[in-house]
Amino acid sequence: MPVSDFEPVIGLEVHAQLLTRSKIFCGCPTRFGAPPNTQVCMVCLGLPGALPALNEAAVEMAIKAGKAFGCRIAERSIWARKNYFYPDLPKGYQISQYELPICSGGAVPVPGLGSIGLTRIHLEEDAGKNIHTESGSKVDLNRSGVPLIEIVGEPELRSAEDASEYLKALRLALIYLGINDGNLEEGSFRCDANVSVRRKGEKKLGTRVELKNINSFRFVRQAIEFEIARQVEAIESGAKVVQETRLFDNEKGVTRSMRSKEEANDYRYFPEPDLPPLRVSREWIDRVAVPRLPRQVADELAAAGVSQADARTIVADPRLVEVHRRVGGDPKRAALFVVGELARAVNENEVDLDELKFDPALVREVWKLQDAGTLSSTAAKDVLAELIRSGEAPQRIVERKGLSQVSDAGALEAVVDAVIARSPGEVEKYKGGKTALLGFFVGQAMKDLKGKGNPGALNALFKKKLG
Amino acid sequence: MKADLLPLSGISDALAAGEVSPEALLEASLERIRALDARLRAFLRLTEAEARTAAKASSQRRKSKKPLGPLDGVPVGLKDIFCMEGVETTCGSKILRGYVPPYDATVVRKLKQAGAVIVGKLNMDEFAMGSSTENSAFGPTMNPWDLSRTPGGSSGGSAAAVAARMVAGALGTDTGGSIRQPAAMVGCAGMKPTYGRVSRFGAIAFASSLDQVGPLAQDVRGVAYLLSAIAGHDPNDQTSSPRPVPDYAATLDKSVRGLRIGVPAEYFGEGLAPEVEKAVRAGVDKLRAQGCEIREISLPNSPHAIATYYIVATAEASSNLARYDGVRYGHRAKANQLLEMYEKTRAEGFGAEVKRRIMLGTYALSAGYYDAYYLRAQKVRALIRRDFDQAFAAVDAVLSPTSPTTAFRLGEKMDDPLAMYLNDVYTVPANLAGLPGISVPAGFDSKSLPIGLQLIGKPFEEETLLRIARAAEPAAQRAPPIVEGR
Repeated sequence: MPVSDFEPVIGLEVHAQLLTRSKIFCGCPTRFGAPPNTQVCMVCLGLPGALPALNEAAVEMAIKAGKAFGCRIAERSIWARKNYFYPDLPKGYQISQYELPICSGGAVPVPGLGSIGLTRIHLEEDAGKNIHTESGSKVDLNRSGVPLIEIVGEPELRSAEDASEYLKALRLALIYLGINDGNLEEGSFRCDANVSVRRKGEKKLGTRVELKNINSFRFVRQAIEFEIARQVEAIESGAKVVQETRLFDNEKGVTRSMRSKEEANDYRYFPEPDLPPLRVSREWIDRVAVPRLPRQVADELAAAGVSQADARTIVADPRLVEVHRRVGGDPKRAALFVVGELARAVNENEVDLDELKFDPALVREVWKLQDAGTLSSTAAKDVLAELIRSGEAPQRIVERKGLSQVSDAGALEAVVDAVIARSPGEVEKYKGGKTALLGFFVGQAMKDLKGKGNPGALNALFKKKLG
Repeated sequence: MKADLLPLSGISDALAAGEVSPEALLEASLERIRALDARLRAFLRLTEAEARTAAKASSQRRKSKKPLGPLDGVPVGLKDIFCMEGVETTCGSKILRGYVPPYDATVVRKLKQAGAVIVGKLNMDEFAMGSSTENSAFGPTMNPWDLSRTPGGSSGGSAAAVAARMVAGALGTDTGGSIRQPAAMVGCAGMKPTYGRVSRFGAIAFASSLDQVGPLAQDVRGVAYLLSAIAGHDPNDQTSSPRPVPDYAATLDKSVRGLRIGVPAEYFGEGLAPEVEKAVRAGVDKLRAQGCEIREISLPNSPHAIATYYIVATAEASSNLARYDGVRYGHRAKANQLLEMYEKTRAEGFGAEVKRRIMLGTYALSAGYYDAYYLRAQKVRALIRRDFDQAFAAVDAVLSPTSPTTAFRLGEKMDDPLAMYLNDVYTVPANLAGLPGISVPAGFDSKSLPIGLQLIGKPFEEETLLRIARAAEPAAQRAPPIVEGR
């Protein structure tokens, strides 16, 4: 039986670091990339006697996610200890939520897939990092205690491609909410996948395998595809899929068994006695403002006349949405700037979207100059490119580069008269019916004006004088 | 009488009157420690240098009539469970030998801010697990009344140091009776406040939902001074209560007339030594004579307290002690593999009783056993709490013996953990219910060993509890003969 006779069932668990300034149970900073063990204190080092003190900013971000995805937000949820030994886990347990999480239910809108249901979202602390060197293994606890939300999706995904789309949509939504930076490489957005297969039409779920170490969208697709094929093959050959945790080897593109169900940790969850139940009042939930999600922003752009394709390009990067907003003016024209000049500059590494050198509102100045005829459309593009690069005021760019075209009727007329005066032969031929010579006259005038004449105005003037 | 032999409140008065200086008190304290501690082994280490600096600063304040309060210049000791910046803190365990915390526990900071002179760190059962201080990795502490007997535990060093007048007061922790039982064994006063009344931040955890920090002193007024200094909300301990802290000493001498005292039948049953019962009943009469109304009550679920306690406390302990893995601090065994390092570190670093409790607690939380043990224990705990709630509708405090017997011999119960656990039969219920409890001296048995009387109060009503304890305590408690050089 071929793979196409089987239906994969996939559910993703995402760990997203929250963008709080300080850690979830102490005041240490959460900045990434600091020298090892420089952002630690007695609490996140798990020193004897230290106790956790909850950072409400983390709770607020979990509420924001819960509201954005339409979850039920519990007015009372419980902290729990997840017990296991590992060198990067300083207390020997992780403070998490187990039986009563802060958010349950809800769904993530995914373009092309409708909505993918959520089981729950809970708060927890991150562990540190083990670093293996030639001189031995070391532990960096800077990350210990960084707040996380774990977003557990329902097993509603049916292909590796869908899983990847869901993950992209979820990542983008969290970025829009301002609660996660979506950085898979640095590990601030991490994903585990639960994968099983069953014959089409079968109601019962197959045996589930948990996949770990899939820290890019490509690896998510590769790992799931490999795993689906592996499981189908196992069933086809009469073997059984065993419940286990498998690690993705991204160099070989295969998954390998890490531990079986029997070897699985017994985490001995129990309510965390050092923290009272987490109480979230109705008023607090109501107070938390939820920014618009990508789908809403795309709808608004389309309603304003932006093409579907441009709207998709813009919402895919919230920084582009922000530039679009700041450019202002005609949304359609602003969109063309964003997907045109700005996108080109980004591709050519002339601009860093995280650190813009220019004020996007100045784009409208360029438009004004172009609309007034001071700038040709070509010159306007040059000015925009320079504006993006340097941030210099458009008027000054025009002056410095001498890009303004001469549209002043008096100045143009003097040049036109001079051209007519020194070209009697051509004038005669033109008047004799050879109107194609208009181009010659305009060209002469342009030459005199060093290319800055308004070609439309020159055309009209010559026609009038010679007609 | 020398000032340093007075109970804490007397020392405080002498300091206030300028009859003695903080420096002189400290020197007297150090001298007595030098004279007695080779035999008592109450101290694990002294903090002489810090203490001298503190005494000198206190002296200046006393001289300029700007004392920080009644504790300014009073020598005190700390159970070695409290983290003190720059001072080795072992929790009585080999696994933390050489560990120097980089911060002060909240109660240590508060004691310093009250001007108390911290003389040293006191012996205890390893990780506060025990009732005799024999589980200390650094050897047992002896009872000042009889050197062949234990001072109780786990705060045995704290109790012995107070009873032997080495320090005027001490801090301990009480998870199942670890302040009250040793206080009873050595004949001083010791209080476990309401859960949440005192910050646990920096007190090394045994069982987080039961642990509470509390004071020991020779007199109830001294206990009140210490409690006023250490109580209060701490943002670093989210289980600490935001309720305001009264001046506990201010209302101590108010009459107890009309207060209702409940005497629970379940606390006077099998296993209670007749001499202890007699002394405690005499205490009841003493309160009746002062106008208290005595009522027979029942706390029917209290007999289940020990079983409940040894599930809840060990479950929490199994998790709290997971951090001692050799990775970051404390003892680390030589090993080639990670798992081997964990196993050897913990095998070498922990004593037998700690290992026993880690195993019990791990079992109680394991998949398939959680509901039958941990969850069921939590239900019984709720019933025990409810019994007290109902009793407190009719009485203002509950009175019982602190411990069923007077001090037992060293080694007597070391091979019988269950017999050791039963020492705490009367003290454990207050921990499970989160209630304040205090032990005050109530005379001696025929072997001249001290007897303790326990009072349990309503949540956060330490004021009333201390008032009753004040009325129940003896006018003066004589010092153990060893103090007089006999």
